[in-house]
Order: sequence, then structure tokens, then C-alpha cells
Amino acid sequence: MIDRDLKAALAVTRFGLGARAGEIAQAKSDPEGYLRAQIRPAGADQPQTNGETSAQRVAGLRELRQMRREARDDAAPDARDPVKAAQRMLRDDTATDFLGRVRLGATTDAAFRERWALFWANHFTVSAVKLATAAVVGPFETEAIRPHVFGRFEDLLIAAETHPGMLLYLDQAQSVGPNSRAATYFRRASAGPERPVGLNENLAREILELHTVGVDGGYGQADVTEFARALTGVSIGGPREGPEQTGAPVFRAAAHEPGARTVMGVRYGEAGRGQGEAILADLARKPQTARFLCTKIARHFTADDPDPALVARLERSWAEGGGRLDRVAEALVTAPEAWDPAPAKFKTPYEFVVSSWRTAGGAPGDAGLLARTLNGMGQKAFSAPSPKGWPEDIASWTAPDAIVKRMIWAQAFSAAVVGERDPRELAMAALGARLRPATATAVARAESRPEAFALLLMSPEFQRR
Amino acid sequence: MSAPLLDRRRTLAAAAGFGLSLQFLARQAFAASEADLSRRKLIVVICRGGMDGLSVAPPLGDPAYAGLRGSIALGDEALKLDGTFGLHPALGAVHALAMAGQARIVPAVATPDRARSHFEAQDVLESGAAGVYGAASGWLNRAVQSLSAQRKVEALSVGATAPLILRGEAPAGSWSPGKGVDGSTRLPALLQDLYKDDPVLGPALARGLATEAMAQAAASGLAAAPAGAAAAAMSDPGGSAAPYVRQGREAARKLGATLAGFMRAPGGPQIAALSLDGFDTHANQGAAQGQLANRLGYLDAALNGVQTGLGPDWRDTVVLVATEFGRTARVNGTGGTDHGTASTALVLGGGLTPGGVIGDWPTLKAAALFENRDVAPTLDMRGLFKGVLLDQLGVDRRALDTTVFPDSGAVKPTTGLV
Repeated sequence: MIDRDLKAALAVTRFGLGARAGEIAQAKSDPEGYLRAQIRPAGADQPQTNGETSAQRVAGLRELRQMRREARDDAAPDARDPVKAAQRMLRDDTATDFLGRVRLGATTDAAFRERWALFWANHFTVSAVKLATAAVVGPFETEAIRPHVFGRFEDLLIAAETHPGMLLYLDQAQSVGPNSRAATYFRRASAGPERPVGLNENLAREILELHTVGVDGGYGQADVTEFARALTGVSIGGPREGPEQTGAPVFRAAAHEPGARTVMGVRYGEAGRGQGEAILADLARKPQTARFLCTKIARHFTADDPDPALVARLERSWAEGGGRLDRVAEALVTAPEAWDPAPAKFKTPYEFVVSSWRTAGGAPGDAGLLARTLNGMGQKAFSAPSPKGWPEDIASWTAPDAIVKRMIWAQAFSAAVVGERDPRELAMAALGARLRPATATAVARAESRPEAFALLLMSPEFQRR
Repeated sequence: MSAPLLDRRRTLAAAAGFGLSLQFLARQAFAASEADLSRRKLIVVICRGGMDGLSVAPPLGDPAYAGLRGSIALGDEALKLDGTFGLHPALGAVHALAMAGQARIVPAVATPDRARSHFEAQDVLESGAAGVYGAASGWLNRAVQSLSAQRKVEALSVGATAPLILRGEAPAGSWSPGKGVDGSTRLPALLQDLYKDDPVLGPALARGLATEAMAQAAASGLAAAPAGAAAAAMSDPGGSAAPYVRQGREAARKLGATLAGFMRAPGGPQIAALSLDGFDTHANQGAAQGQLANRLGYLDAALNGVQTGLGPDWRDTVVLVATEFGRTARVNGTGGTDHGTASTALVLGGGLTPGGVIGDWPTLKAAALFENRDVAPTLDMRGLFKGVLLDQLGVDRRALDTTVFPDSGAVKPTTGLV
């Protein structure tokens, strides 16, 4: 039985995003209850953004493309300026979305709820690696992820996989059934389309491998291709669908591959849009999916190599609740295995920066500086290196250079924010009973407030959770 | 300094003229001395995302090539290598090296993994195991461990995160472009003290600070690359706007030159790993120009930066360029290619044995395609890596077969490349 002071510190730093002033004290009377109270059916909080929907952003992108084409035809040298301006606007929107999310993390009273949302956003990664996806990553999270993180996994899955952000990122938007009416039409047309027309299996593969049953989930290449065929037609509204549908998720029956499909041994009759969704719903209910996700949750919150008893406990709650994620969240924070006092996880750069702000009080205001900071530490804003999302393991984040980069940032950050406050009090407020004597001594002996605060942020226990 | 190598190449050429086995000579008569070996350098460049080998080195002479590739096929704009192969037009510097006998292609190479998953395939590529998750450390790290018994070997990864290939027991440095450490403050020393019992942070900070000091020394001779641009060259696809692409190339060249600067510095690394991402071209990959061409342009510029930056040390250096898997032989429905099997690797170096294609070409005939979709592998990637580790660095053959590449005794090293 661990003491309540330690448990309060763990609740706030392990399950949340680091302690704001007074937060550990607030959690002390009932650390588990403090976390449970943050679980709510309405889903995660929404960051402050400029309020644009993904449909509006996609429409903006289309306009930009049109402007580019026109600019290319135009010989006037200054004709490119509006294109650049539009491009800059889209990039600024993305930076603003990201800043809004970090500010939410830095200031929220419900940081476990936010961590839970960030976990799912990373699970269903849409990465800003191309201009098209960069513009919709923010809205993807607010529209497809955040409302569903405490609902049924099946609903979250379908919302994520059919959202324009995911369709753009994993190339689904352009996938066309080889025997669909659209493909037949294009083949017959004497002048073919500008772009080739056919199947793209990227989304189908990543849904199986990364989002549901996992790579050992018992599927093969044939299942991937069949699933890809079933998903054809799931796309994004363009000029054909009319202005009110531009950028919205649409189903194009003409692009859908006709016929029944067999995926993982189950036959799915022709049902248009319903075919892909029926497969998604079945994937959501598979025990392999529960196992894969519960392992991942346990790994994210507790240890790179999580306790199998914890995974089993989460799986049971998943099964009993029919994939209800609020039940799984509840099982996580009440599981004794999740409260091991030794901090086994190393903060990602994002978690490190957000928790530093929470300790300092306040929130970042400069999107450009924030972007450079995280880029330098290896976690570029909204830009996970692959559909697998950001890595979880300690070895990924503790390269020598990465630690040096954290130190350089901590030094500049401390000098800018610490002010006239007592670093010893800040250390207690940040780590509570997790503060080790060696760190407390180093902080107390520092020759200046900024040096003391930087030592706190870089201490082994602040870097871990 | 270079005489033995130059002599060796001349002798090899002469031997070839007499029909003697190059491989025999390379191994028996010219076993490199320890002093020679300690100058040798190896750089492994990992192109993440599944680099399309058929675009890197298009088999222009293969009768099936143009038909399978459709809108993304390359034609006269490709840089000719021989009767069958060319290089992508964005790989101008690699082509110039190939013409000088200092770059060769390996057109049908694959890891033992066949799952077409990025993550499994990268794991196998970097861990060196026979199957996925077969080893928690990287083969390059274990090669360093093996060499450490004989001599001091330093290794470095370039990038903000540590790649699996260099993770493991042997300590390895890492470096990425950015603002330097302020040496006038006490914080680094205080932190080292605070980390003295921390098995992860202690060694990491110490190595990071050592590399940082080396970077400051090495950079004094170089015009510093803007940090943001260099980082962008490693990870940002760069959009489609021409200025970004140009900047990206320049940053990639500087990144390569900086790495070369590290490796030339006294006590600098002999072994380095560098990752470039953005090769997962499912849609609109382009042909002579476009998305993939931009990425290959960065790769070419980075390699050019390494080669020119190394100066006279280039002749002691081998660079391996590899990816986790190739892509489908056919263009897909969206002007791109999907996850495939064999791809093209590149071997470059000033001391390379001149020669043609490494490994057999399975052709793109329908019957020759792997599972009727991918280039069929004719060479195990581990064999290529083993051959280079053996010839270039003198890694012990038994270690190669057992610890560096576990259970790989049956995989023959591709020797005679250097």
C-alpha cells in the first residue's frame, strides 16, 4: 500500500500532464477519484482554434491548388504572391491549431482526460507531412477523436477512418474500385483522366495493422486487398458533389467496387457504404483488437513492458463494456498495477514541454517558438514520422543529442519564466512526494533561480512519469 | 597514406585482366592491416517509408518495365548505367560516382521479412534479426561491440531520435542540427552530477555533451546550416514549391558535409547512421519530377555532401543506402506504388571495387514477380551488410554469423565489394 502523498503525486504526474500549483494537494484526499472524475461521456475538451472545420480547410486547399494552376499559366512575375500568401495562411492555421492544443494541455484542470485524448490522437495518427494533411490534422482531432474518446471504440474507429483527414493521409480519398462504374467510364473515355484510376490499399492495411487487430491479428495480403476494395467510394466531396459537400466525407457509389468481399473469413455482401463500415464494426469487436489496444494503453501509461496482469484487467473491462472506453479508462486508474511508485516511463518532448509549462504556470503564446522547440527535441508539431504515430519507448527519446536539446531549452525557458518565485517550493509543487533528496538538494544549492528551475525540469524524476 | 589502396585497386584491375577471381584476391592477398582498418569508415543511410527501387535504379532495358510502371516510368531522362539499368535523374551525384567506379547498385535486395509492414520491415532491417522483434538492439551497434574487442570504435547517429540500428550496449553518440550548448554556464556539470546514478540519462548526457563539443570544433570550418532547414531536409517532404526543394537540397548537402566533418575530426566516429524519411509514395509519386524525385534529390545532395566533405578520407569510406522494402512493380490506381518486397540498395565509396550490378536481376517478367506484384529478392540484405562489415571494417566472421546477425550462418556475405 503506497502512501497517499505519493499516490497523489503519481495521479497528477503519471496519468496527467504534470502538476500545476496546488494540483497534487487537490488530488490528495482521493487520488483515484480525482482521475475518475475526469472521465465523462461528452469526450475530451476542445482546444481553442480559429473554429474552421476540416471541410473549410479542404475547400481552402482546393482554392490554393486552383490559384497555383492559374499562377502557372500567368506569366506575370508577381502572380505567385497570392499563392504564397494562401499557403502561409494554411501553415499558420496548422500552427495555431497546435498552439491551441498545447495551451489546453498547459492549463486544463482535467489533464488525465487530455492525456487520454492525446493517446487516441496518436493511435489514429494523421501526420502533417503534406500540405493537404497539415491543414486538417487539427480539425481531424477535434472532429473525429476528441468527441469519442470515452465512447464505444467502434464509434471512434469509424469516425477516425472515415474522416477527411485520415482519407487524405492514407490516400483513401483517391482509391477507386477497378471494376467500378467510374473506372469503367474512365477506361472507355478516349482521353483518359489526368491521374490513373484504381485501388490504393494503404488505409486498409494500416487499419488492420495499426488501428485494430495489430500485425499479428491473423490477416493476410488477400484480406488487405479485399478490405481496400470494400472501402472504395469512401472519399471527400469535390466539385462533383457541389459546394455544400466540398471537403466533407462522402460516399461515391460510382467509385465503389461492386460485389461481395471476404475479410478474415467473413463474407460481406454488397452494401455500398455499409460494406466498409460493417468490416470496421467487426474489427472493432475482435478480441485481438481489445488485446492490441489494452496492451498499448498499459504501455502508454505505465511501462514500455507493461505488467500482463494490468493488460488482462483492461481487456476484461473492454470485454465487459463492449469496447466502452470510459470503462477502460476507469479500469486503468483503479488498477493497482498502474500505481507502481517507480516511474518507468520517460516523457516525450511534448509531455516534457507541457508539464514544464504547468509547473511554471501559464501557457506558450508563440507558435513559431513552440514549433522550433519541439522540432529540435525530435517531435515536430503534428508530424509523427509514420502512421504508427510517435514512439513510446524510452530508447526512442533518450538519444544523447535529445537530452542536450532538452537541457538547452530548459535553460532558456527557466530564465524566461521563473521570475521571483522560490524554486524549492516550485519543486515540491511539481513533484510532491516524488521529489528525491538529491534533486531537492541540487535545487536548493543552485546559484540562481533560473539554474534551480532548470535543474528541477531536467531532474531524472521530472523527466519520467 | 593512400598508396596501399591505390596499389590494390591497380593490382585488382590487372588481376581481373588475367581472369583471376577478384573475390579471392580481395580476401586472401590483401587482408587489410589493423592500421588500415582503423581509418576505415562506414555510413549507413536508411531511407524510411519503403523506397521505390524501380525509380532509384530503373531497369530501362527490361521489356516489362515501361508497361508495368505506366505514368511513373522513366525514359530518356534517366541517367544510364549499363544496358539494363539507369539511375533516377535526381541522383546526379550518385551517377557521377558510379561512372568513376565509386557507386554500385544492388537492384533486388530484401530483408528476410515479407509482411510488407513498414514497422516490421524497419525493425528487421535495423535489428539484423531473422524475424520481427528478434533483437532489441541494432546490428550496427552489435558490430561496434564486436570491433571494440580489437580497437576503439566510435559511432554516431544523426537525428533527434536514436534509430534502432545503433541502439544497444555499445555506447553511441547522436547529433542533430540546432543551437549549441552555452559552455559558460554550470548547468551541464550540475546535471551530470544529478545524473550520476541514472543508467539512462547519465551516459546520454555525457555523450551528448562530448558530441556537441566535437560539433562546435567541426563546424568552425563550415558555414553553419540553418538548423530548421537541415532538420527539414531530414524529415520534411518539402511540399511542391521549388524554393523549398532547393533549400532542402542545400540543407541536405550541409547535413552530409557536417557528418563528414565529424568523421574527419580526431577521435571522431568511424561509423555513422543517418535516416531520411518520406519515401512512402502511395499516391502521385511522380516520375522524373515530383514527390519522390524531391526526396531522391535530398538523398543525392546528402551523399554528395558526405563525399565532398570527407575529402581524402572518402577513399577509406563506404556508404550503404538501404530501405525496409521496395514497392509494387505496377503503378497503383493513384499514380503511386504500394508496399512491396525487394528494392534497390546503393553501395558507394572511394575504395569500392569497380563493377556492375551487385546480385542478380530477377527481371520484371510476370512469372518472375514475387507474388505476382513485387520485385523478387535475389539477395538477402544481411548478406550485403555482412560483406561490407567483413571487408571494410574487419568484423569477425563468426560474430557476423551469430551475434551481429543472429542465426545467419546460412546467409553468405557479399564479399569483394571493397
